[in-house]
Amino acid sequence: MSDSLYLAWRYMRHHKLKTAILIGSVTLILYLPLALQVLVDRATEQLSARARSTPLIVGARGSAVELALSTLYFESRSPAPIRMAEVERIRATGLAAPIPMHVRFRVRNQRIVGTTLDYFDFRGLRVGRGRPLAKLGECVLGAAAAAALQAGPGDRVNSSSEALFDLAGVYPLRMRVVGVLERTHGPDDEAVFVDIKTAWIIEGLGHGHQDLASVGAEGRVLERKDGRIVANASVVQYTEITAENEDSFHFHGDRSGFPLTAILALPPDDKSKTLLLGRYLGRDETSQVLEPVAVMEELVGTVARVRSWVIAAVVLVTLATALTMVLVFWLSLRLRRRELETMARIGCSRRTVASLVVCEIAVVFAFSVVLAGALTGVTSLYGPSLIRGLIL
Amino acid sequence: MIRIEDLDFSYGRDGFRLTVPKLEVAAGEKVAWIGPSGSGKTTLLNLTAGIVSPDHGRIVVSGEELSALGDARRRDFRVRRIGMVFQEFELLDYLDVLDNILLPYRINDSLTLGPEVIERARALAEGVEIGDKLHRDVQKLSRGEQQRVALCRAVLTGPDVILADEPTGNLDPSNKERVLDILFRYADEHEATLVMVTHDRDLLPRFERVLDFDELCTPAPAPAQEARA
Repeated sequence: MSDSLYLAWRYMRHHKLKTAILIGSVTLILYLPLALQVLVDRATEQLSARARSTPLIVGARGSAVELALSTLYFESRSPAPIRMAEVERIRATGLAAPIPMHVRFRVRNQRIVGTTLDYFDFRGLRVGRGRPLAKLGECVLGAAAAAALQAGPGDRVNSSSEALFDLAGVYPLRMRVVGVLERTHGPDDEAVFVDIKTAWIIEGLGHGHQDLASVGAEGRVLERKDGRIVANASVVQYTEITAENEDSFHFHGDRSGFPLTAILALPPDDKSKTLLLGRYLGRDETSQVLEPVAVMEELVGTVARVRSWVIAAVVLVTLATALTMVLVFWLSLRLRRRELETMARIGCSRRTVASLVVCEIAVVFAFSVVLAGALTGVTSLYGPSLIRGLIL
Repeated sequence: MIRIEDLDFSYGRDGFRLTVPKLEVAAGEKVAWIGPSGSGKTTLLNLTAGIVSPDHGRIVVSGEELSALGDARRRDFRVRRIGMVFQEFELLDYLDVLDNILLPYRINDSLTLGPEVIERARALAEGVEIGDKLHRDVQKLSRGEQQRVALCRAVLTGPDVILADEPTGNLDPSNKERVLDILFRYADEHEATLVMVTHDRDLLPRFERVLDFDELCTPAPAPAQEARA
């Protein structure tokens, strides 16, 4: 057998291109269904785990899937806003601890997640480098976001403008990176976390500018009436919150009316959870509360159905490729007929002829299995975030 | 020694038919088989090697009655006791010179490849002046060198009988002589029987005996599709 293996190996080394094509084909045949299985399993596992760890989400009425995806994975379109007053309403019931969430803006491709420090405790997020959020205008990066933005503690990142030509719209805020979170292999890795008030400043609900009450600012003031100052366009608005100008930052309007995209509601027990669910059943209720597990199970069920179809397609492709491979091996044997006849004339045993062919196939499969295994391993490590992006 | 008696062989019912009433080649004898194309020289060589079996008659080679052996035993016998040399050399292009010489030891379990065999292969290659090309690609050798590799492969097992099917047919005159020298030297040193099919009458004086197939046997007319020497 070792001689047959040796001869098969030499033959394959001599015909490198043919061997590479064969190994590539078999590797793909093995890899595709395996990778699909692993990807979908890992992704659904992650999707479900994230949903299971989040008891309730409160948000505006509308698509439950959009609300869940936006709040859990910072994906999908931003749902319609609810008011900050909803946080106080939940807190007042004593049925759950509310964590406000504002997921609307981005730093390049990374989502800006405005929230409170309670979110970090709830998700068990730990700062790997730097420190946690402490001041307005600061941000903490998820591990993947830090890599994508090539930023770390001490660097600055800009929020993206929402509308380039909308002069009255949202302007970029230059934020200080104060920390980078440890990797969690979840959606938090991709996010840029800011305090909820910083998110509102990005939204234009708060701002900082030159002190108009100070001496020397008279030239910029158009009108002073009842403690209200109207200034002209020469007043400088700050695009970065620094130690020098942080005191000038302020919000206009009632904060209870400020927008959130969702609220994570963390009830202490099932009874509180059930009671809170009941509070949102009213017909005139403008908000909804949902259990992420139920929403994600429905979504995962859809993914599983899609997977079945994809696997069926892969099986057909595998069958077609396997038949092609049989043809390739058969043609290869025909090409080698003279060589095999020569061996037979010298005195080659029938068993050796068979084992030569078997060894060649075995070597191709052995390489393919190793390659497919390695690729599946890599896919298992890096694929779930990819497929999560595709699913979401 | 080769002894053939009452041999009858045909390719199918209406195909080529070869009949040899009696043929003997003594041990250590060097015999040339000549005859026109289609007279059955290669067929008789294949019968003598046990590659094909006769319909009738006896073939005895080195004391073993090949016609009575099964296919597996004939293959084992052939790889150990018969050296085959071909007109087209039939080297494997994916093996280097040394591996081509060692091929018989890699394709039949009745032979065991060990260091002494490899040493013998090296010595044979040295003897035919290709010792410095052992790890060279056989396709990069000249035709004369390729045939010398094939000769080394044929004699590596120390066979009693060498059956050569027009081994000089594709060689220039100097290489023809060289190949014959090697074959004759091996036969002399090992008292081996040498049977060579040839069309080249210039080579015949070197043989102890020449068998003309026109006199030896009575083949039926060969169909056009059958290719025989």
